[in-house]
Amino acid sequence: MTTTKVVLRFPPDLTDQPVTYNLIKEYDLMVNILRGHIIPKEEGMLVLEVTGKKKQLQRGMDYLAKIGVETQKLSKDIRWLKDLCTHCTACTSLCPTHALSVERDTMLVSFEKADCIACEMCVTVCPYSAMEVQV
Amino acid sequence: MKTVEEINEKIKKGKALVLTAEEIIDFVDQKGTKKAAEAVDVVTTGTFGPMCSSGAYFNVGHSKPRIKIGGGKAYLNDVPVYTGFAAVDILLGATAVPDDDPRNAVFPGKFAYGGGHVIEELLSGKEVRLTATAYGTDCYPRKKLETRITLDDMNEAVLFNPRNCYQNYNVAVNLSDRPLYTYMGVLQPRLGNANYSSAGQLSPLLCDPFYRTTGVGTRIFLGGGTGYVAWQGTQHSPCVPRTDLGVPKVSAGTIAVIGDLKQMDPRWLRGTSFRGYGVTLTVGIGVPIPILDEETVVQAAVRDEDIVAQVVDYSETYPQRESGSLAEVSYAQLKTGEISLDEKKVPTASFSSYAMAREIAGILKDWIQKGQFLLTECVQRLPSSDSGIVFKGLQEKPIRFKKAV
Repeated sequence: MTTTKVVLRFPPDLTDQPVTYNLIKEYDLMVNILRGHIIPKEEGMLVLEVTGKKKQLQRGMDYLAKIGVETQKLSKDIRWLKDLCTHCTACTSLCPTHALSVERDTMLVSFEKADCIACEMCVTVCPYSAMEVQV
Repeated sequence: MKTVEEINEKIKKGKALVLTAEEIIDFVDQKGTKKAAEAVDVVTTGTFGPMCSSGAYFNVGHSKPRIKIGGGKAYLNDVPVYTGFAAVDILLGATAVPDDDPRNAVFPGKFAYGGGHVIEELLSGKEVRLTATAYGTDCYPRKKLETRITLDDMNEAVLFNPRNCYQNYNVAVNLSDRPLYTYMGVLQPRLGNANYSSAGQLSPLLCDPFYRTTGVGTRIFLGGGTGYVAWQGTQHSPCVPRTDLGVPKVSAGTIAVIGDLKQMDPRWLRGTSFRGYGVTLTVGIGVPIPILDEETVVQAAVRDEDIVAQVVDYSETYPQRESGSLAEVSYAQLKTGEISLDEKKVPTASFSSYAMAREIAGILKDWIQKGQFLLTECVQRLPSSDSGIVFKGLQEKPIRFKKAV
């Protein structure tokens, strides 16, 4: 059995499709949803932990690619460039796992890398390019 | 009752008691306002947030042969600068972006580089590309210029910001069903988050709500160096609803600031990119408040729980210039990281760094204690709540063209 974490990005026309159900039913995969953000008729995002036989896992990924779901393995690392951070806290309210958080007494931001699921939300919102994707 | 002159004498002798706008709160709690007014000489404030009405003007020196950039076109690292001055004076605005930046053509645009970033790079000692084209005259024959240039190469480099230090500001939320990309950051649909931008109890004009000591000529911490208040800032709007303590409940006063860019520090002037919105400059400012009497100490000791801001919808109310506040919340509530709106818990975040505002107030305190920074008495007060100033919206009027005869 192999386990992998993967980010799925859905185009608007697929957000109402039972994609997760198909992964479980048709490809015999165990799916644990770590994070989801789906608005019907708009782009959606799911972070999944998927466990299954290697071959089934590959077939599942092929299925996703075929129907137009963009997949990205969580092999990416998000790096916090502390020297560039101004501790404005803009990233902290959007970080789904609170990997980025504020120590309220000091109002300083900190980054707990182990909790990061590489959704890249912080990369989008940081005004100072202090969050970086390392491939 | 003390005077600025007396306080300066104490600073020179190393005998002045200087506290930050946070420290004064505890001091007043323990000693009371009367004793605090007698004992404390200066309260230092600080703020570090994105301030779009920022920029710098430069005299780049005369090339050989000469070129008249004035009236021509010029760029610093491909960012366009304003050239409508004398031959080699140029003005760079913080929000300017390169002509070939795709902006929001592919939404939301990244706005990775612009005027604010050029200012930060120059301060970091980096060379930037100065390119210019001109029409050529008898006295300025050259029509094209391409050169590398540093801050040291320039004759003058002056930070001049027509509006900084907003006295209070909106808390931005999004009531619509789609994400919004604004100057208050990314606002998630259906009250997904609430963004604010003020240092609250540390913010200069919230500690001097009626501009009693902050006026034209006030010496300040600006971008890591010293600068001055040049005038009231644009959109200065002091006649607004205020709390019992006199603190504006909505955005109100502003200051225009000026200072020699060459003695500033890139840590306190940061190029800033807002996805889907644009570029700007984040500016560090600290204003000293001389404690002249009990009133100044009461106002300087204002606390986050006594400062309120209005929650405004940025999907409809703000862009359509409608009025309306969804709720009133205090900075103490905002700083917990969560507020309640419509019985929903909404996470909060700030675009003004409280941690760095605190650091600025501490640095300014240190400068004053060491006698390196003396206070100035303002030469003209800023218009206050009795000025009758009305902050006008633009009333559009149709342009009528004269018929050709």
